[in-house]
Amino acid sequence: MSQVELEGILDTPWSGGASPLAVNSKKLGMWLFIVSDSLTFSALLISYAYVRLFTPDWPRPFEIWPEIAKSSLMTFVLLSSSLTMVLAVAAAHSGNVQRAVKFLLATMACGVAFVLIHATEWITLIHDGLTPWTNPWNKSVPLCGGAFFGLTGLHMLHVTIGVVYLGVICWGFNKGKWTAEHVEVSGLYWHFVDLVWMFIFPLLYLLSVNPK
Amino acid sequence: MHATLQLDQNDSKGNPKLFYTVWVWLLLITAAEIFLAYERIEVHLMITILLGLSLIKSALIMAYFMHLRFERLGLFLMVVPAIVFCICMMMIVLFPDSLHLTHLPQY
Repeated sequence: MSQVELEGILDTPWSGGASPLAVNSKKLGMWLFIVSDSLTFSALLISYAYVRLFTPDWPRPFEIWPEIAKSSLMTFVLLSSSLTMVLAVAAAHSGNVQRAVKFLLATMACGVAFVLIHATEWITLIHDGLTPWTNPWNKSVPLCGGAFFGLTGLHMLHVTIGVVYLGVICWGFNKGKWTAEHVEVSGLYWHFVDLVWMFIFPLLYLLSVNPK
Repeated sequence: MHATLQLDQNDSKGNPKLFYTVWVWLLLITAAEIFLAYERIEVHLMITILLGLSLIKSALIMAYFMHLRFERLGLFLMVVPAIVFCICMMMIVLFPDSLHLTHLPQY
């Protein structure tokens, strides 16, 4: 076998000589994490939808102000953070470090704003008597509080971790320690957090709108 | 190989105008969801419509913001069908039971 033929065989995907997915290991790892984490959220959301469907007297207490207005604002903030994140990735790939850092900081600011608005909403609801074990609207549906705090709490934890993650990436990218690949991989995580909220917002908030 | 990777990365940078367009569409769909929440629609139909709109939004995010549209087909086939299959399995088990429970007599 000639050297040219040997190199041809080694260049095939099955020999390990080529990259069939054309992505680096970091990006592939993040995609696999997203697959597993999306199944965690899917299980929680489907369980919630299950109990929501078979409970006809599930409470629907959310008014336009504060709950729906605040959650709509949170959705706007998170969607805008995805826009700034994707612009940060584009800037990082084009080698414009300062622009990428600015957009990363804007994304982090949106993340912090989301957590703060969410925290004020939680405080209002806790003052109204909502806890993970009971709710003030219908005592016969104790799962209402558990579903609300469980889903929004896990999502808020993801956002908080995302802000810290972006902060570390922003610092490293600004110092030249890390590359545009790192920014892109952190962007995948951030967009996933945004994507999950696209299901939590309608299922948890809009289905609890007061029909009056 | 290197040239292919380079080409894919250049495509995935995308046009900022495209990202702004996707963002506006996501906001419009969200506004439609909020509008629907105040319509008097039966809860099963409401869940179906809201989930449908959320799926469209998640597809836009995955395709354009997460660059999946610009990746190789292999990555898409590795990620999306597995998630869809697992979610379908969860729903097949749970939802017929949930809908059945709504028709049980109340004691």
